[in-house]
Amino acid sequence: MPLHTDSQYEEELQQLRAKVLEMGGLVEKQISDAVTSLIERDSTTAHEVIERDHTVNYLDVAIDDACIRLLALYQPAARDLRSITTSLRISTDLERIGDLAENICERAIELNQEPPLKPRPEIPEMAEGARAMLRDSLDAFTREDSDLALSVCQRDDRIDALTAQIFNAMLSQMRQDPEHASRATRILFVAKYLERVADHATNIAEMVIYLAKGKSIRHVSPLPDSV
Amino acid sequence: MESQKGATEQSSAELAPTEQAPAGRAVTLPPRPDLSNGHDPTALGAQDTIEVEIRDLCLSYDGATQVLKHINMDIAKGQVTAFIGPSGCGKSTLLRCLNRLNDLVDGCTTSGSIVVGGLQILDQTLDVTALRKRVGMVFQKPNPFPKTIYENVAYGPRVLGIRNKAQLDDIVEKSLRAAALWEEAKERLHDNALGLSGGQHQRLCIARTIAVEPEVVLMDEPCSALDPIATTKIEELIHELKKQYTIVIVTHNMQQAARVSDFTAFMYLGELIEFGQTEKLFTTPEKQATEDYITGRFG
Repeated sequence: MPLHTDSQYEEELQQLRAKVLEMGGLVEKQISDAVTSLIERDSTTAHEVIERDHTVNYLDVAIDDACIRLLALYQPAARDLRSITTSLRISTDLERIGDLAENICERAIELNQEPPLKPRPEIPEMAEGARAMLRDSLDAFTREDSDLALSVCQRDDRIDALTAQIFNAMLSQMRQDPEHASRATRILFVAKYLERVADHATNIAEMVIYLAKGKSIRHVSPLPDSV
Repeated sequence: MESQKGATEQSSAELAPTEQAPAGRAVTLPPRPDLSNGHDPTALGAQDTIEVEIRDLCLSYDGATQVLKHINMDIAKGQVTAFIGPSGCGKSTLLRCLNRLNDLVDGCTTSGSIVVGGLQILDQTLDVTALRKRVGMVFQKPNPFPKTIYENVAYGPRVLGIRNKAQLDDIVEKSLRAAALWEEAKERLHDNALGLSGGQHQRLCIARTIAVEPEVVLMDEPCSALDPIATTKIEELIHELKKQYTIVIVTHNMQQAARVSDFTAFMYLGELIEFGQTEKLFTTPEKQATEDYITGRFG
């Protein structure tokens, strides 16, 4: 794509993009570390993640400011307009994912103070699935790759199914042994957080499809086979 | 006035290319070979009625250089259509074709067809004055006559033969109201129009244009000589006027095109590159050249 004749505008758009990618990278690390802290029972890492959340929040505000500035000064159109509105929405989703990483860490710290329950296979699978969805949605944003973005949306059902599965498993565990209730509840919370991470990754992917194709697939059911 | 209008409608019915127009479409042409360079001239929705239909329009000022190349476009009745594009792309030339102003240029040759409300306007036997009554023009620089405000507005109706004072008074008031100038001008109708401000001049020219009740109002960069407040007034006026008139506007200000128009045509080097609903063209244009132009990546 040719560059803008207005080099200042061009530079500000590129800076915005760089900021979104920086925030995406950071949030990816937050989720990854949060999952590690949970699975490896590592409270130190959990505390580090919680500490770092303010950087995520700072980037969210910075991206908002940059978008509002671009909208006010340059009256963007077409792809530039879509890129700016997409950045605004993606940063909101990333900020929420950052909060969820923090929540996972809080539950991990609480769980680490009690003996471990028998590990459930769903949690690592959900964690890996949600993490991969986030990573791919951000890669799709970088490359404006609507096919990759669509594949992210398609993977959300699997995460939802795993959430339902672990809900039933935890419920029966609580029935069998009420002693486990407090830990099982926390694990349920974690499952819900991961399910939300996948939802936000799906939102990002939907916005990428809008960015690349100018087509909204939000709230469309069933998902299209291709875009 | 009434009988004259009836006569025009009669002749336009005779000249209309097809008789069996389906409901909702005023004019439907039989299928033609694809002259559109891959672009669909009918960007209009099913609810739109075609007021101006341009087919395979080519124009040259010197017989050698093509200034307009095979333009195909439908302009919707009661809507605002904007022409945008870089300088020299042919947008003003296209606009001027719609009331045959290019006739004034020696050596200008035109081919193809333009149908306005059923009337073949490129027909050399056409009464151009009658056409210009139906298709009025507002120019880039306001050009009021050095006469009173009243006489500026009454000029056209007088040329058309209206002599009755009460009737003229009525037309002047109605036109000035429609042009959002009445409140500012009603106390000074018989003052020289040149005493008005630039923005008022332009609204006076709009009042003068609509005094003869045209069907189509052409505007060639109507705000380029105006300050932002006067510009806003004209833009508001355009929103009002489209209830009654079909408006075609040429503008260099893309945000203005985005704000005031329902349809936008992007032209480049004499070709119509993309034509569609304004909202779509400014958010998700189909052609790369349109994208590059409206996002400022041109040249």
